[in-house]
Amino acid sequence: MEKNDNHSQHSHGYGIYILVWLALMALTAITVTVAGINFGNLTVTTALLIASVKTYLVLTIFMHLRSEDRTFRIFVAVSIFFLLVSFVLLFSDYSFLR
Amino acid sequence: MSSHEHAASLVHRDDVGARMGMWLFLFTELLLFGGMFLLYSVYRFTNQAEFHLAAKELNTVIGTFNTIILLTSSLTMALSIAAIQKNNVNLSIFFQLVTVLLGLAFMVNKYFEWTAKFHHGIYPGSEELLVKSPGEILFFGLYYVMTGLHGLHVLIGMVIILFMTSFTIKGVITRDSYVKLESAGLYWHLVDIIWIFLFPLFYLIT
Repeated sequence: MEKNDNHSQHSHGYGIYILVWLALMALTAITVTVAGINFGNLTVTTALLIASVKTYLVLTIFMHLRSEDRTFRIFVAVSIFFLLVSFVLLFSDYSFLR
Repeated sequence: MSSHEHAASLVHRDDVGARMGMWLFLFTELLLFGGMFLLYSVYRFTNQAEFHLAAKELNTVIGTFNTIILLTSSLTMALSIAAIQKNNVNLSIFFQLVTVLLGLAFMVNKYFEWTAKFHHGIYPGSEELLVKSPGEILFFGLYYVMTGLHGLHVLIGMVIILFMTSFTIKGVITRDSYVKLESAGLYWHLVDIIWIFLFPLFYLIT
C-alpha cells in the first residue's frame, strides 16, 4: 500500500494461508469427485473453472497480489488476457475445421 | 572505515522493482507453458476419443497425491515468508526445508509413475506406443513433455529454495530484507499453478 516502503504491505498472519490451503484442498476434492461423474462436455468446463478459482486464490493470497501495488495486478491481468485471446483466436479457426 | 560504514547504510534497494522483475520472468514462463497448453487444447479437440482412451493409462491416485503435496508445499512456502516477516528465523528455515522435502516427495512420486509407464512399454518412441493411434501417441507425447518440463521446474525450484535457506542461515535474508525469499516463493507458486491445470487436463479425463 505505502509505495515508499519496501515491505510495509502484506504482513498477514499464518491463518489466512491455512484457510486458503483448506479451500485449495476442498476444491481438489471437488475436482476429483466431479471427474467421476460424466457431464459430457461440461466435465472439462467444470475442471477448468475449478482450476481457475484455485489459481485466483494462489495468485491473490500466496503470491500476495492482493496487497501488491496495482501495477502488478494490471500486468498479470493483461498477460492472462492475451493468453486467453490466443486460445479464442486459435479455436475461432479450429472450431470450423471439422 | 567510517566512509565504508556510511556507504553500507546507504545501500539502495528496490524490493518492488525486484518483485516486478520476477513477475516479468513469470510471464515468460506463462508463454512457455501457455504455448504447450494451446497445443494440448487443439490436439485434444481434434482427437477427443483417443485422449480419453489414453488418459485411462494414467494413475489418478498418484496425480491426486501429487496435487495435495504441491498445494501443501505452496502453503509452507507462504508460511516461511510470513515467519521471516515476524522475525521468526528458525521457523522460516523449517518451512523452507519442509517445502523442499514436499518437492522431493513430488519428484519421487513422479519417478515411480514414470518408471511404471516405462515398465508397461509406454515412453516416447517405444514399439508399444507406436502401434497405438496417432491421437494416443500425441497424448503421451504431450504428457511426457509437459509434466517433464513441469518436473524440471520443481527440481529448479527446490535448488533455489535451498539457496534461500542458506541465505537465511547466513543472515542475508532477514526480517528487513527478504525479497529474495519472496521471489523464490513467486516461482514456486507459479509451478504450483501450472500443476493445478496439468492435473485435471491429464489425469481427470473421464
